[in-house]
Amino acid sequence: MTILNANKVTKSFGGLTAVAKASLKLEKGELVGLIGPNGAGKTTLFNLLTGIYTPDSGTISLYKDGQEIMLQGLRPNKICSNGLARTFQNIRLFKDLTVLENVLIAMHKNVKYGFVPSFLHLPYYKKQEQELINDSIELLKIFNLDDKKDELAKNLPYGEQRHLEIARALATNPVVLLLDEPAAGMNPAETAELTRIIKEIRQKFDLTILLIEHDMSLVMNICERIYVLDYGMVIASGTPEEIRSNKRVIEAYLGEEVNNA
Amino acid sequence: MKKLIALGLTYAVIQILIMTNLISDYLQATLVTICINIILAVSLNLITGFTGQFSLGHAGFMSIGAYVCALITMRTSTIYGFIIGVFAGALAAAIMGFLVGLPTLRLRGDYLAIASLGMSEIIRIIFLNLEITNGAAGLNNIPQFVNWTWLFIFMTATVLGISNFIKSSHGRACISIREDEIAAEAMGIDTIKYKVIAFVIGAFCAGIAGALYASYFYFIKPDLFGFLKSVDILVIVVLGGMGSISGSILAAILLALISTYLQSFPEIRMVLYAAALIAIMIFRPQGLMGSRELSLEFIGELGNRLKSRKGRV
Ligand SMILES: Nc1ncnc2c1ncn2[C@@H]1O[C@H](COP(=O)(O)OP(=O)(O)OP(=O)(O)O)[C@@H](O)[C@H]1O
Ligand SMILES: [Mg+2]
Repeated sequence: MTILNANKVTKSFGGLTAVAKASLKLEKGELVGLIGPNGAGKTTLFNLLTGIYTPDSGTISLYKDGQEIMLQGLRPNKICSNGLARTFQNIRLFKDLTVLENVLIAMHKNVKYGFVPSFLHLPYYKKQEQELINDSIELLKIFNLDDKKDELAKNLPYGEQRHLEIARALATNPVVLLLDEPAAGMNPAETAELTRIIKEIRQKFDLTILLIEHDMSLVMNICERIYVLDYGMVIASGTPEEIRSNKRVIEAYLGEEVNNA
Repeated sequence: MKKLIALGLTYAVIQILIMTNLISDYLQATLVTICINIILAVSLNLITGFTGQFSLGHAGFMSIGAYVCALITMRTSTIYGFIIGVFAGALAAAIMGFLVGLPTLRLRGDYLAIASLGMSEIIRIIFLNLEITNGAAGLNNIPQFVNWTWLFIFMTATVLGISNFIKSSHGRACISIREDEIAAEAMGIDTIKYKVIAFVIGAFCAGIAGALYASYFYFIKPDLFGFLKSVDILVIVVLGGMGSISGSILAAILLALISTYLQSFPEIRMVLYAAALIAIMIFRPQGLMGSRELSLEFIGELGNRLKSRKGRV
């Protein structure tokens, strides 16, 4: 069953076509990789899917509860409320806020109390606020960040900042999770831990995941399917084995790396 | 509970000082200025310090509150007229905030600064030219209803209301915009909505401040609410610390005291005032409080730091 379908999406910046008629389909529950050389347009495609940019042409549909929701043209917050969450390649945490606050903010759409209870701190506010905090801490536990809930995000080590980005995205309660180079800058041990966490949250939250990654061992290891982007175009897609032996991929992209992985 | 006791004590002590005439009329005017400036600074802090939207139009909202309340109380000179006047003034300011905020806050960047500056100038010019507001001469003999009790009620309500709001999920949504607007949107925060909300709440409170001003000083004219007044309020916010409510309160008190003290040196008053500001900003560029809040723990920590510094020497 298809959950996300991007159809011939295009985006140009001036003369440069960063994403050119790229089509991509995710089946429910899949873990799919998105690879390609630097500047291929991977992050731009994420930005299109999540509404940071509006596509020049093409459509993006999300299928939820048997209904098709057109995402192109919606604002990012609407796309997020529809169940598409992401992390950022260049970490964009709320740096000067605590770990807990980062997650709480992402839980905002679960809040039912209105403005009056928040001005007056009525019991209704207090009860819900406590529930939000409890849920956030549960989430942080998965990433072993619950002990650090009161630390400022900017003071976390790099790897933990990447973890917090994922925790924050999960707090929005997504059906599709987009991870932009989650293992960037991690050592092999950290990457292994990350791999374990990705598998765990996928099970636990019943997620469909699309993952951009340069670390080929990670991609080949956990992805069931891979899309390859080059100059904004999808030049290949298939299972890791198919991609590994795909001639166009080897030519256009990182031949040796793919073979060695 | 501790908070309530502290508030009650503050109110009672000052009330007694006023009743026993230990606070002269002149000092009373300073006290009123402090309270009004606290309301203005804390509400501007919500817009600028917490939500990260640079606004230069706070005096404009203040003037709406002042004129609306003045016009109502001059016709209905009763305490009910006054209360209605305050809320009508605040509401009118809030509506104006909505009308200006909705189109400009959709844009990223500093468009708001320019738009809000333009808005407050337009409001000033409208008051300057209307017949009902008596043009440049302004309104005189506005019935005086404001006393320490009313000031205290409105000031406390504003400060507590806004600091509670900041600690709610709605307030966190505002803060996330300041921290990273794109990330906030990607996490499902309707950034336009929350920018407008912060702006409208801020305008509402500025309207209250204006109404209190009109009713205490019983004389208003458009020139009182010009660009310089907006800058004055911004100075308090920056000096106290962007995103610190107790900072705004401290700075409002400190600046009023400096300015009152300097009244005895009229010739060099503004020079000294500016020099004091520059000095503070050199030594505390993040403002007196940074983005922290004054609390008992914070004072304890300060004490410890001082102690350890002494220990080293
Ligand atoms: N906002 C923008 N304005 C202009 N050009 C842009 C913008 N965003 C991306 N680009 C350009 O689009 C192309 C694709 O960039 P993108 O960031 O999507 O690549 P990527 O595949 O994510 O690369 P990397 O692996 O280095 O992260 C690049 O040439 C980039 O310079
Ligand atoms: Mg990228």
